[in-house]
Amino acid sequence: MTAVVAEHDDHHDHHDHGPEKGVLRWIFTTNHKDIGTLYLVFGLAMFFVGGAMALVIRSELFEPGLQFVDPNFFNSMTTMHALVMVFGAVMPAFVGLANWMIPMMIGAPDMALPRMNNMSFWMLVAGVLLLASTLFMEGGAPSGGWTFYPPLVFQNGKSFPFAIFSVHLLGISSIMGAINVIATIFNMRAPGMTLMKMPLFVWTWLITAFLLIAIMPVFAGAVTMLLTDKFFDTSFFDAAGGGDPVLYQHIFWFFGHPEVYVMILPTFGVASTIIPVFARKPLFGYASMVYATGAIAFLSFIVWAHHMFTVGMPVAGELYFMYATMLIAIPTGVKVFNWTATMWKGSMTFETPMLFSIAFVVLFTMGGFTGLMMSVAPVDFQYHDTYFIVAHFHYTLVPASIFILMAAGYFWLPKWTGNMYNEKIGRLHFWLSAVSVNILFFPQHFLGLAGMPRRIPDYAIQFADWNMVSSIGAFIYGFSQLLFVYIVIDTIRGGTGEKVSDEVWEDASKHSLEWTVPSPAPYHTFSTPPARIPTEHF
Amino acid sequence: MSDDIGQKNIKLVRKLALVAIAMFGFGYALVPLYDVLCDLTGLNGKVEGQAVQETAYQMDKNREVTVEFLTSLNESTPMLFRSEVKSMKVHPGEYYTVNFYAKNTTNKPMIAQAIPSITPGLAAEFFKKTQCFCFTEQTFAANEEKTMPVRFVVEPALPERYKTVTLAYTFFDNTNISKK
Repeated sequence: MTAVVAEHDDHHDHHDHGPEKGVLRWIFTTNHKDIGTLYLVFGLAMFFVGGAMALVIRSELFEPGLQFVDPNFFNSMTTMHALVMVFGAVMPAFVGLANWMIPMMIGAPDMALPRMNNMSFWMLVAGVLLLASTLFMEGGAPSGGWTFYPPLVFQNGKSFPFAIFSVHLLGISSIMGAINVIATIFNMRAPGMTLMKMPLFVWTWLITAFLLIAIMPVFAGAVTMLLTDKFFDTSFFDAAGGGDPVLYQHIFWFFGHPEVYVMILPTFGVASTIIPVFARKPLFGYASMVYATGAIAFLSFIVWAHHMFTVGMPVAGELYFMYATMLIAIPTGVKVFNWTATMWKGSMTFETPMLFSIAFVVLFTMGGFTGLMMSVAPVDFQYHDTYFIVAHFHYTLVPASIFILMAAGYFWLPKWTGNMYNEKIGRLHFWLSAVSVNILFFPQHFLGLAGMPRRIPDYAIQFADWNMVSSIGAFIYGFSQLLFVYIVIDTIRGGTGEKVSDEVWEDASKHSLEWTVPSPAPYHTFSTPPARIPTEHF
Repeated sequence: MSDDIGQKNIKLVRKLALVAIAMFGFGYALVPLYDVLCDLTGLNGKVEGQAVQETAYQMDKNREVTVEFLTSLNESTPMLFRSEVKSMKVHPGEYYTVNFYAKNTTNKPMIAQAIPSITPGLAAEFFKKTQCFCFTEQTFAANEEKTMPVRFVVEPALPERYKTVTLAYTFFDNTNISKK
């Protein structure tokens, strides 16, 4: 009799349990949806931390002269803003999307390595907390730029080793996350889900994961060299001991250039997932999208020195890096044309996710074109280290990666929560963002061309007007993002009260598997593989 | 999850972890690779750290190259450092000597190392020194001033397009490191 009861309990434990109750659920969870939520919430929180730092910068630059903060703190803000946004906001947010969506898109019950998944999230938290702790240290947070160039980086106070160890933790966390994504995609696909039937988001993440495994260890190595140079008398980058500070720049950008694609490739993936649904057409050129992503990833490894045109290189080197960089415009152009062709003659509707996606296509293209301008070595000497480069990479990150993350939020929130978000406020959020982001970053092109250097707390009087415009845009953009927080909380609490269907968006289930499960998505999905693989995106 | 997939996962994770470790090593391998690349391409104007034998060249009296001398100190190196002349016109193939003066401005002995660099970088391989204070560390007594000659030649093989070659020295205070 007792044996039977025990057997029954055992059975119960292994199969039919929902989430645990209370805080411990979130600490010990190995469920891909829980971990995805943790990553997304953490990313959103860090987006506001990094955003607050950006507003400190824009407040100080509102007028010429020193107003609010001392120059060292200003430099800490530019450095920390970059580190927090890259490693704390954008990358974790995409890992969160990967956790939530990849298993559901390929018909897998969970990620391949659920415990490692939990560990990589909490290591990320530890890394970011370590980084944040430097704000309260003697000498302030790192202030030599997010690139950690020696010998400038050695002038940081007590924060230096903490920043390095934080990078180590973040790196290990990313590598574990990447290994998990690759293992999931290679080993966990439902029967019939061949590689070339996977949604583009899964494809772009697969390629991103390989990039991460290839570059994060190189970055970890580079900062370890900095650490031993400072504390153990090695001379990797110290000219007095036979080293070369320029070597650091080469190693850093060998990591750094693929790193920026780590942030943009999943962006492309989400855009390629959203646009076909609202154009009510299959994605144009699915295979070419896959190959273009691969080509961009490959090219990212052989163009790094275009960040260093001004450090001194033989002409042959400048020409090589110039032409190689220009080549990237080809696969990227393929993507932009494919998105446009997907929309062409589609029965388009303009819900918030689609609005953000269309703005992404337009504004990312602008960021791409300024990148092309800077790839021209002789003219880069004028743009280098000015606000022009600041405008360029913010166009490729804010109205691209951030807009697409917002689009992803609106697109999948109904699937995650089972409730519909408030479309009116969503559109208000979009229009405020789309207009203010241009007020914020477009004038920075003018400032850069006129010669305003980046990373300075004060500037010459002729730059005053456009800086003021840019700062006004920054405050509108920053505060309008609070609408998104409101919408997310409101949607979790019931949203419009309308019960959403399983596929949420018209015919979405023809595009991808996540729209075939109930809304909200149950705690466990695809414990048994899906019966049919959607092939609409061909 | 079936054990089959579990096995496959473990295998794949091992491989991928190995790739990550290999890439960590690759980061370090970039250090010697970079030096080899610099030697091959003249990147960064790195020059030979050793004296060359004085050999006679076919002198080219019709051609003049301007050689400029730059002296600088690494941050907070307590020295005075200057060259005898700021620049001079030289004929390729002829040997010249130019004096550099350095003074320790502290009351303690100092060990310092000068690091040379040549611009444009591709001209570096045609710039040869038979004598230089940069080949070894220099020891200065308290407040000592030294006169240090550099004997050099610009090889006639220097391509015509180079009209000016700049030789820059930076002194680094190595007292703390070298004593260990």
